Amino acid sequence: MKKLLIGTAALAMVAGAAFAESHSVVRLGTEGAYPPYNFINDAGEVDGFERVLGDELCARAEMTCEWVTNDWDSIIPNLVSGNYDAIIAAMSITPEREEVVAFTQNYTPPSPSAFVAMGDVDLSGSVIAAQTGTIQAAHVTGMDGATLLEYPTPDETVAAMRAGEADAVLSDKDYLLPVVEGSSGEIMFIGDDVPLGGGIGMAFRKSDPEMRAKFDAAIQSMKDDGTLNEMIAEYLGEDSPAF
Amino acid sequence: MCYLTTGKHMAFYASFGTVLLLLAITAPVALGFGFAAAMAARARFAPLSWLGKGYIAIVRGVPDIAFFLFFVIALDQFFEWIRHEVKCPDWDQPIRQGSDFVVCQAAKLPLGNAAQWVHETYGFLLAVLTFSIVFGAFAGNVLFGAMRAVPRGQLETAEAYGMNHRQSFWRILVPQMWVYALPGLSNLWMVLIKATPLLFLLGVEDIVYWAKELGGSKTARFTDYPHGDWRMWYFAALLVFYLVFTWVSEKVLSRVMARLTLGQATTGGEAQRKAA
Repeated sequence: MKKLLIGTAALAMVAGAAFAESHSVVRLGTEGAYPPYNFINDAGEVDGFERVLGDELCARAEMTCEWVTNDWDSIIPNLVSGNYDAIIAAMSITPEREEVVAFTQNYTPPSPSAFVAMGDVDLSGSVIAAQTGTIQAAHVTGMDGATLLEYPTPDETVAAMRAGEADAVLSDKDYLLPVVEGSSGEIMFIGDDVPLGGGIGMAFRKSDPEMRAKFDAAIQSMKDDGTLNEMIAEYLGEDSPAF
Repeated sequence: MCYLTTGKHMAFYASFGTVLLLLAITAPVALGFGFAAAMAARARFAPLSWLGKGYIAIVRGVPDIAFFLFFVIALDQFFEWIRHEVKCPDWDQPIRQGSDFVVCQAAKLPLGNAAQWVHETYGFLLAVLTFSIVFGAFAGNVLFGAMRAVPRGQLETAEAYGMNHRQSFWRILVPQMWVYALPGLSNLWMVLIKATPLLFLLGVEDIVYWAKELGGSKTARFTDYPHGDWRMWYFAALLVFYLVFTWVSEKVLSRVMARLTLGQATTGGEAQRKAA
């Protein structure tokens, strides 16, 4: 048993040494289930607003980047244990998350969240679906009389509402907009938009301030020359707030 | 038919290969772990026996999912820590900084700048090792019982012929114990097949991940093939896959059983002798 473990460890070391290369690669972790921000396209690759943004940021920071998908639930634990170097997954900047990871400046302004339902629903006293561990889930917990139903992916929150398990869904408006448009009138926005979070930023390990500074500078340069606003308009819609 | 041949579907089909590969590697490795554990548990040298029995008892007693979630991260950090100690002896910062686990760049496993496939292979091998350790403990318990089920008279006869302890173990005990072990081992194999969806917990993109991803509803803006919630159909395909696979395993195992029973002093062997 022990010999096997040591043997495997030794093997892993030799293998690791053999793969050593000189160029530096930054691994970007994303969820791949949150269109239009990030999703897996028909070819099986990461696509969407953050794919284009991330590639542009890497070009400006002069780094080679690779994309990794990870479950939303464990996306922060896998960052801090070093499985990838940054999170770029429509993650809103919140004080709770800032206790564990370090964010860059935001690359989208605080954008509204919204409720959708299959008809007119009275939100007080209803069952509302949201993705686990999001600012929307936290918001529903604080609503008077509302019951929170949590799902691991945003797609499942919409599916739960269609199946009648939940009365409404609370999510980013940018995510819900294509869902509403594609439902041919079945799903509609209800109530007022809710402003949540401080905008979306990239998250890094706290012990990695240099890399964070490089990406922070790249985001600033995209804000300065207006390319970020063009990208937001193209991928998130003309109505999505810009800088 | 183009829908079924998108890159995403190809990745889905390939993930069936991942699952089969996992089974093909894990089964023999777990059996090896089990055999070693059973031998250790039988050893007359007490500390070795404690080691074998301890391994079997601890791993069998911890829930699989807790073991999978905790152990893989711990194992990964353990490897990195060893490399860290070897490669960066003059590192003066603590390894744990708040919730961050920090080792020097050269100790990263795989190295931070390694290609994506290296990371995926490493993750897969960690998964294989974890599966093997878990199922090895169960196999160890089965084999330990099987070794004790071989009739004592067989071993006494071997001793009477002048075989020493090692000879009677390898020549008499091991060949005869398989028939007692097989029912337990075949159960383990079935459970292992059904446990493969846990791969997704370990970050390996397996058939369940892709079925969920492909089945989720798609709007026309993000794909050429928009559709509603089709997860039910994709999961139905997985159901058929698992049922067919366990059914084939069942057939193969009953053949192996018939082969092993041949000439054995068990009721099965006796029935075969009379039928012949």
